[in-house]
Amino acid sequence: MKRAIQSYLGSDTEAAPLAVFRIGFGLVMVWSMIRFWANGWIEKLYLEPSFHFSYHGFSWVKPIGDYTYGLFIICGLSALMVALGYKYRLAIITFFLSFTYIELMDKTTYLNHYYFISLVSFIMIFLPAHAYYSIDARRNSALRSQRIPKWSVHAIKLMLTIVYLYAGLAKLNSDWLIHAIPLKIWLPTKDHIPILGELFQYEWIIYVFSWFGMIYDLSIPFVMMNKKTRPYGFFFVVVFHVLTRVLFNIGMFPYIMIFASLIFFDSQLHHRILAWISKVLRISKDIFDNNKSYLIRPIPKRLAVGLLGAFFTFQLLLPFRYLMYPGELFWTEEGYRFSWRVMLMEKAGYTQFKVVDPDQGTSYFLRNGKFLSTFQEKQMSFQPDFILEYAHYLAKYCKEEQGIQNPEIYADSYVALNGRLSRRYIDPNIDLAKVKPSFRHKSWILPIDYEIKGL
Amino acid sequence: MKKSILFIVLIVLVGFMSSCESDGPGETSDGFNRKALLENWADNIIIPAYADFTNETADLIVAGRNFQMDPSMTTLNDLRDSWLIAYKGWQRVTMFLYLKGDELLIRVNMNIYPSDTAAIQKNIKNGDYKLELSSYNDQQGFPALDYMLYGLGTNDDEILARYTTDPMAEKNRKYVADLCTRIHSLASAVNDDWNTGFRDEFVNNDGSSVNSSVNRIVNDYIFYYEKDLRLGKVGVPAGMFTNIILPRHVEAVYHGNIANTLLNESLDAAQDFFNGVHYGGTTNGVGLDDYLNHLNSMKEGEDLTLLINNQFEAARVASDVLSENFEDEVLNNFPEFQELLTALQLNIVLLKTDMLQALNINTDFIDSDGD
Repeated sequence: MKRAIQSYLGSDTEAAPLAVFRIGFGLVMVWSMIRFWANGWIEKLYLEPSFHFSYHGFSWVKPIGDYTYGLFIICGLSALMVALGYKYRLAIITFFLSFTYIELMDKTTYLNHYYFISLVSFIMIFLPAHAYYSIDARRNSALRSQRIPKWSVHAIKLMLTIVYLYAGLAKLNSDWLIHAIPLKIWLPTKDHIPILGELFQYEWIIYVFSWFGMIYDLSIPFVMMNKKTRPYGFFFVVVFHVLTRVLFNIGMFPYIMIFASLIFFDSQLHHRILAWISKVLRISKDIFDNNKSYLIRPIPKRLAVGLLGAFFTFQLLLPFRYLMYPGELFWTEEGYRFSWRVMLMEKAGYTQFKVVDPDQGTSYFLRNGKFLSTFQEKQMSFQPDFILEYAHYLAKYCKEEQGIQNPEIYADSYVALNGRLSRRYIDPNIDLAKVKPSFRHKSWILPIDYEIKGL
Repeated sequence: MKKSILFIVLIVLVGFMSSCESDGPGETSDGFNRKALLENWADNIIIPAYADFTNETADLIVAGRNFQMDPSMTTLNDLRDSWLIAYKGWQRVTMFLYLKGDELLIRVNMNIYPSDTAAIQKNIKNGDYKLELSSYNDQQGFPALDYMLYGLGTNDDEILARYTTDPMAEKNRKYVADLCTRIHSLASAVNDDWNTGFRDEFVNNDGSSVNSSVNRIVNDYIFYYEKDLRLGKVGVPAGMFTNIILPRHVEAVYHGNIANTLLNESLDAAQDFFNGVHYGGTTNGVGLDDYLNHLNSMKEGEDLTLLINNQFEAARVASDVLSENFEDEVLNNFPEFQELLTALQLNIVLLKTDMLQALNINTDFIDSDGD
């Protein structure tokens, strides 16, 4: 066993797939940053709101005023450097830190695919993605290698596999499979899309889409790993992600996943891609084809392999943390994020807050619009950790600005989940100002009288 | 061979992906006919309601001029009648902010209450007011007329005297006439817009994207229900967002005996829009109720249409026990006034969470990515 592991860790493979991945990843990220800026989202999501929702323990990560633009510039430039393979380690570390910082600034904007990007860039810190077809490798002949350790390509494949597999497992629930919800909510109104729009009016088509999505997610990594099935697999990758792009407002994610899936292909494809780029840019690819293996010293290697091993163990376990909480996961969302639950449910809420001044015996509601953007209010309204954090902010506001010595904050909250009738969400008799934020079960979320069966 | 076919299909798909960037109008097939919904709203509700309202504001101008030229108890009462008719008409159109109405900020120019009476007095005295400017929002519209027609004295003789014997009489009369003109010009601007091409633009934008007509008007509708109907008419006087009650913040406070009528008119208008009931009649056309029922037929969920209509009815019942004098109700019958607020509030939950979820409509222009 030990020998098998050692021989695996010692084996190498063509570096071209990882180089193509690095270039694609960098370029898509540059494009993402430009798009984010051009859409005015830096302003709208990070600068305009006066209050930001923080991840537990990361309340020190906040937008930094106009410097936030600088943060995006740093992030975009480092992504470009990653694509070029120019001062790669510095670039990828900078990218990982700046991108993750941006994501931590406000959890309102949490998206699984942003989390995915943070994780991939973290992994890439430990991979020799610059050993081939990069400016670094062109300048440094000691670095230049046509072959790299196998595990470094596998790390990316494993990450993709986890994403798909867990997204598929999450779909194994009664709402998705038996009731075809939320697709039954989302698809029928898309009737303006040619051909598909008509199909969405048939109930059985919605079931086909639900089941296809589940089977696709569970099987696609394995279909892509097998050389025989790979062309069909890639066909489905494109079909699936094009569909999600057409049907949902899903941003860059489809593009990222389509290009990322190229890593599963044999290196001939990547050599062809790089040859084509070389032709267009009139640069020489031959210099990189030196048949040399990337040399990694034992200590850094052990460090990298050990860290990635721990990282992936953590990744495999983290999505199951919801099992430690009682109650319905979709309802309480305890352990919902960071688990590849992608486009899994339809949830909306209406949450207002009442402040009570026990000393004066007065009470009144606080206007959410005064503190939150529309987007923040929407996200806050159905997520308990948002509700609690905001309630604490309101308590502080009432104390400091309204002169209420011991403000009590109560939520008047209703949530509708997966098309079921809305019902009261938060116990209206709980003074949220006195509830301490933690990872413990939130007993002040009212239970629901239905069960969504499954994983 | 196989590979090249796959390749061609992929190219077509990618082309499809980029061509679907934004969804324009398209033919609807077996889906719900949103165009019919938009047509019903435009042709049987919005346009006739705006036409009537515009005529009512034209009558208001005439009554205002008559009063300006010949101030008497008769012309004063005629003007008051015209004001009330137009004010009720306003309750029928105020939720349709669409396009021109949005641009003109018609709602804040027509009906911000309470009026800034000190500023109004200053305007009259100096005569240098420009009602088109945003700084004059709370010195015009129906509430300003309410003040001018009912609030300038403690009884009708005193009020009339302000227009006849008072040293400021002429200026007062001019201000009243100017208020009427301003109301009419706002109304007819929006009315003209609907009658010169905008109707078709509205009806043809029948997709389901963020900028589609259904999406926008439903968002406007809910915004209106929440902020103006619930909060403005009932929530603010009840002190919903303040630690004190604000009884003087009721609608038409100087008239003092009309708030419940105005509220019920707006409730009827809101419910008729929901059900697609034709303006000025009882014909039940295509409405959000039908859209919800259509979408629900597949889901077999709760009968949301029924629940929403019941909640409108519950608000009406809660208002029935109240008098026309909301100021008095806030001061002396607060629990029952608050019942009304609760009844209105519960429909926000149904409209904003359940209905929007069922219709798959996003709240207000959130254009960031999902996943």
